[in-house]
Amino acid sequence: MGEYIIEMLNITKDFPGIRANDDVILQLKKGEIHALLGENGAGKSTLMSILFGLYKPDAGRILKNGKEVNISDPNDANRLGIGMVHQHFKLVHNFTVLENIILGVETTEKGMLKMDAARDRVMELSERYGLKVEPDLLISDITVGMQQRVEILKMLYRDNEILIFDEPTAVLTPQEIEELMLVMRGMADEGKSILFITHKLEEIKKVADRCTVLRKGKMVATVPVATTSVEEMAEMMVGRKMRFTIDKDEVSVGKPILSVNNLCVKGAHEKNAVDNVSFDVHEGEIVCIVGIDGNGQSELAYAIAGLMDVESGSIKFMGEDISRARVRERNDLGLAHIPEDRHKYGLVLDFDLQQNLALKNYYAPELQNRGFINFPAVRKQADMLIEKFDIRSAQGADTMARSMSGGNQQKAIIAREINADPKLLIAVQPTRGLDVGAMMYIHEQLLKQRKEGKAVLLISLELDEVFQLSDRILVIYEGKIVAQLAAKDATPQLLGLYMAGSKGESA
Amino acid sequence: MSRIKKWLLSISPSLIAILSGIFAGFIILLISNPASAFNGLVVILKGGWNNGMKGLGQVLYYATPIILTGLSVGFAFKTGMFNIGASGQLVVGALMSIYVGINWTFLPGHLHWIVAMLMGTLAGMVWGMLVGLLKAYRNVNEVISAIMFNYIGMYGVNYLIKSSDTMYDILRNQTVNVAKNAVIPKAGLDNIFYIVKGRFHDASSVNGGILIAVLIAILIYIMINKTAFGYELRACGYNRHASRYAGINEKKAIVASMSIAGALSGVAGALMYLAPSTGMHIHVTEVLASEGFNGIAVALLGMSNPIGIIFAGLFIAHITVGGAFLQSLGYMKEVIDVIVGLIIYFSAFSLLMRDVMTSIRRKHGRKVLNTEGKEAKC
Repeated sequence: MGEYIIEMLNITKDFPGIRANDDVILQLKKGEIHALLGENGAGKSTLMSILFGLYKPDAGRILKNGKEVNISDPNDANRLGIGMVHQHFKLVHNFTVLENIILGVETTEKGMLKMDAARDRVMELSERYGLKVEPDLLISDITVGMQQRVEILKMLYRDNEILIFDEPTAVLTPQEIEELMLVMRGMADEGKSILFITHKLEEIKKVADRCTVLRKGKMVATVPVATTSVEEMAEMMVGRKMRFTIDKDEVSVGKPILSVNNLCVKGAHEKNAVDNVSFDVHEGEIVCIVGIDGNGQSELAYAIAGLMDVESGSIKFMGEDISRARVRERNDLGLAHIPEDRHKYGLVLDFDLQQNLALKNYYAPELQNRGFINFPAVRKQADMLIEKFDIRSAQGADTMARSMSGGNQQKAIIAREINADPKLLIAVQPTRGLDVGAMMYIHEQLLKQRKEGKAVLLISLELDEVFQLSDRILVIYEGKIVAQLAAKDATPQLLGLYMAGSKGESA
Repeated sequence: MSRIKKWLLSISPSLIAILSGIFAGFIILLISNPASAFNGLVVILKGGWNNGMKGLGQVLYYATPIILTGLSVGFAFKTGMFNIGASGQLVVGALMSIYVGINWTFLPGHLHWIVAMLMGTLAGMVWGMLVGLLKAYRNVNEVISAIMFNYIGMYGVNYLIKSSDTMYDILRNQTVNVAKNAVIPKAGLDNIFYIVKGRFHDASSVNGGILIAVLIAILIYIMINKTAFGYELRACGYNRHASRYAGINEKKAIVASMSIAGALSGVAGALMYLAPSTGMHIHVTEVLASEGFNGIAVALLGMSNPIGIIFAGLFIAHITVGGAFLQSLGYMKEVIDVIVGLIIYFSAFSLLMRDVMTSIRRKHGRKVLNTEGKEAKC
């Protein structure tokens, strides 16, 4: 005992339909920078949310300095000296930097704020750790980098000794990342213990002492960073699973269906989420866009589907410019879309299955008669699709979408989209959160589309899926396409390097 | 699940809400006058029956506008919006129909009241549409703008009445009677809902308006549930993002649904003030029309289902009429208002009851629903 400041032992956490953490062990030494590595959905955030008191584990114990502790909300975590910089900052935008830092732990005298003492303390901390901030500026007026420094100062001001950083570099420029690394090192040298969530291997190599790798909710290993190569870590993260061989016939590639030219899409921050992207997708081809989550792939898909505005550049669909076309026009031209978020976009959860299956063609002549929906026809269509795509549910066509399992919800969306007989199918993370059976099924469907000469644009975070399905692979990093490879020329290691931005045909 | 069981399950939240409301009302009765509390409860529950067929007619008469405002609020709910502006839409519709009823005497026979009613509907529709336009194109919260439009409507109507030569009865500070042809026909209902007083038939105020209200409720039910337009509106109400993804123009849907909600309140106003020989005139007072707010309770009790709303409106009218008879037991008018208000208030909790019931049912097993790939049993 005594070596570890925090131990999370045998943590298990279930969500409906998915085990987010399965018997995970994480041990943090005092004064170390400990990286937590894993693909999206590997359970990193869940594990950290448990440590920060946002979730309660179904099984497992948390020890601080060898003593078992109970963390049921973030206040408990704070009392134990655990602080967290969230991926999305939790700052009050119309408060000043100083006000944000002391929020919740104000020093008062007779009910009046004592700002001077607080200011001295903040400035002292800022100097000691090299965290440059302007205490009197409003949060809304400062850069993202400074906002992050404010978040870090908040933790330091509260004397937190265990600092969790949730993907802190995602929103930073390269220079800011450099600075952050120095600050983290400095804090570790002062005796703070740091948990660093990331999937960027370069950064781990640069700053971390040890690294725990998670994959699909399970802990793979905890390794010392100094003696482990980037390639080894990448392999642990992605995993060498058994390959499910799916027959992938040779299909001759036809004429281009989708041409994207110099496309830019505005993001939430100042920089473009999609930055000058150009590519084609042809008949009979599956083109896959890989990249670490948040590098612009979602925005790219939304822009093509018409759910996000195009800033500049053009999207051509079978020669026709659809950059400004309405969603309905695009759908009618033959564009189908399996959206990233099936609950938000893909389904109306409070509709029953038959009405969801009619979502894209309820207005078509076969389902409508002078403005009245032909419900027998809707049911017939639903029964046909349920049969054909093996959608399982409690009450068939009458089942509420909400009460169906994730896999069957996804099957319903795919059935609906494929039923429209599209020219182009955009599939964004189509197997996210699904079990192996449903995943296989969806892969087969996508390959079937390819065989029928349809164009498929697949956006995925799962490298396995990418290798199984794609003909061509485009790597997206910070909104730019940094590499274009034929699938047979790509290896996971190579893709990993491109995805992490450490290798790139400079655009 | 059998049909009847399913139906019972769907209305039971409303029934539980009503029962708890009656219980709360009973407590107030006990507090204010314990001796006649039980009799008082019986009187309230008897509602219109306290006065035979005439009482029943009064229930139908009171139910007419609140069924329509209930439809207005419920329809907006279905499409994901809260129409708290029924009151303003109602009074604007009322003014327009009164204006037509008084001034457009060139219209012959039945055409007069029909046109007056339609113009009132149109005015309410415009009032609702403004709220929808603000929401769709300027992202103004519909609750805020609807509340403001309530006041703009009320004061604007007062101003227009006072500055009108033809509509204003300066002695009574209200509008004058509409032309004879502009009055809604009684449709023979006065020959059913009356009591005999000596040699006279003492008929209730009920008129053809209730038939129109019920017909509209049925039409709205068909529109929401059977048409492609209704499908779009419902999709928008449940999930705006998915509707956009499906290519539905959600801005148009917002404007359309607020316009229809406004039209429903407008026709409520028209039917109220074109009612025959009941002394219904717009008084120039600074009070928002209560029928608009009762519509919220009706919609909640009817769980936004047009057919449910017909019954909810009848129930609330029944309780209101019953309350009026409480005075005969010596209860003060204010206490009666509190009791009726409490029952209505509790009734509005149907939705809450439904959520509570679902969560209770969910806790008792049914975890199968989330297991991937397995046949889920209900």
